Amino acid sequence: MVAVSEPATIEGSSLRVRGTSKYFAAVNGAAVGALALDKVSLFVSAGELVSIVGPSGCGKSTLLRLIAGLTVASEGELLVGDEPITAPSAERGLVFQDPNLFPWLTVRRNIEAGLVARRVLKQERGQVDKFMRLVGLEGFADAFPHHLSGGMAQRVALARAMINHPKVLLLDEPLGALDAFTRMRMQDEVLRLWQARRTTMLLVTHDIDEAIYMSDRIVIMTPRPGRIEQIIPVKMNRPRDRSSPDFLGLRSDILQTMHFAGRSLGGNGA
Amino acid sequence: MNTSVEELQQQTAIVSRVRQPSATTAPVSPAATKTRPQTLLAIPVGACIALAIHFLVPKREPVAPTHYYPLLLFVLLGLGLLGLALYPFLEGLRKWMRYMCPMLGVATMTAGIWELATSCLGLLPLPYFPGPEGVFGSMVSDYKLLFDSTWHSLILLTSGYFIGVIIALITGVTIGWFPHARYWGMPLLKIVGPIPATAWIPLAMVIAPSALLSAVGLISLAVWFPVTMLTASGISSTRASYLDVARTLGARPLYLVFRVAIPAAMPNIFIGLFMGLGTSFLTLVVAENVGVKSGLGWYVSWAQGWAEYGKVYGALIIMAAFFSTIMTVLFKVRDRVLVWQKGVIKW
Repeated sequence: MVAVSEPATIEGSSLRVRGTSKYFAAVNGAAVGALALDKVSLFVSAGELVSIVGPSGCGKSTLLRLIAGLTVASEGELLVGDEPITAPSAERGLVFQDPNLFPWLTVRRNIEAGLVARRVLKQERGQVDKFMRLVGLEGFADAFPHHLSGGMAQRVALARAMINHPKVLLLDEPLGALDAFTRMRMQDEVLRLWQARRTTMLLVTHDIDEAIYMSDRIVIMTPRPGRIEQIIPVKMNRPRDRSSPDFLGLRSDILQTMHFAGRSLGGNGA
Repeated sequence: MNTSVEELQQQTAIVSRVRQPSATTAPVSPAATKTRPQTLLAIPVGACIALAIHFLVPKREPVAPTHYYPLLLFVLLGLGLLGLALYPFLEGLRKWMRYMCPMLGVATMTAGIWELATSCLGLLPLPYFPGPEGVFGSMVSDYKLLFDSTWHSLILLTSGYFIGVIIALITGVTIGWFPHARYWGMPLLKIVGPIPATAWIPLAMVIAPSALLSAVGLISLAVWFPVTMLTASGISSTRASYLDVARTLGARPLYLVFRVAIPAAMPNIFIGLFMGLGTSFLTLVVAENVGVKSGLGWYVSWAQGWAEYGKVYGALIIMAAFFSTIMTVLFKVRDRVLVWQKGVIKW
């Protein structure tokens, strides 16, 4: 379970998204291009855990790819601390729904990958064992990824992303493919990692309970074009009780905002 | 990727811990679940049948004066009996015998049937179809030249193959990775590549300073096309998300090519290596016949020129063993390099 955290040193950096748009040009066939993000602005302070929820097509993943530096914004600026984001970097880790472990590397080699890529493996070899312990995979160092269960694979992916001590960790529905029980356990794991390192985390999720359970603030986005509809702070102490009245109240507020409450049938939630 | 044997064993141990008893058992022959006495007696029985045919059935055709073939049968009989004697004591031998005995027994018996069809009954015309003594005897008596030919073929094949593979890996990775190289390289590859390497023989003989070099060049060319094609397609079909992950881990272009794209393309590259090996055998034999006056391919046509068909078949048998050994070596290398695929694909 998540222990009450003593204030650890904050490893994360603040993240600023200012008036950012992303326009995808028309691909053969489509008459017009698509505006995936329309002047999105967001500030995440250092060490904060912010969730982004919204229906598919609202540009959540696009926003994450922009912050990761994997795509370039059409308009606006993105900053980590005071540094503008121009290209991918080890400072901004990314974990996908599919763990995307390199199948040709063992668990240990996968976790080492970031150190090898930055050419610091020799100096920081000790980190590998530490992170394997942190995610509870010591016994599986020499196993290949396809022998792991979904939850274990995702833990390797988390360790692989965190071994670089990123200032911002981007999580694109990392627990989306897991079964309900594994997912709840992994939520605690991610929170534990977050509290240990105080990395700034941006978590894209489809699961409103997950967003409430984990994050400091919840960003609700709407599609076509992708915009931020509302930002809701979660003012509950951790560990949070998934069945407390506060929790359930917040949950119904968010569903209402997203027009999924089910009370007004005329709503245009899609 | 250089895993030692201990590491591999450790891996299998872990694997079997992760996934309970399943695909980790060694290859088993269909008959191996329960060992029947017929299985173990297959080799001695086969040898006895062949010996009986050799000594008891009267010969219609003239037979070479040597006695290498019955000697071989006696050796097989002895080895078969020795295997039986040691069977209860050696675990490795047990496994091997359970798997191999039926095959080897049938092979020995086939030699007997062959002798029956040729020397004894004369069903197949001489000199084109000599009996086992004609083939095996000429293999033994001409062993020096055969060994020399095999050695020359090996040198020629390996030098051509390795040069071809190295060039193909460079061109394949370049074409697969760089869009510009793809634009210019792909049409060239698609137009020039499918021409069989042997069709270049007239040109190769004119250009190359020696017949040996032209043969090396032809074999390299034969290997180059499939390996380049499959390497390029493997590299360019690397999953984009692997590259994305690597970039967010701080990977530079060299890492992306050598530690993501190439390992991801490895299964494809090995298909190319196997295809290339096949074409290189073909090209080797043809090239040895045309310019190079040595090697197994040359030996076959030289022996045929003297109507010594025993030697022709002897060389074919050596060739079969030679090529299949090389094939086996490549399979072993693949098993080593692609060990991570075990369990992902039907192995």
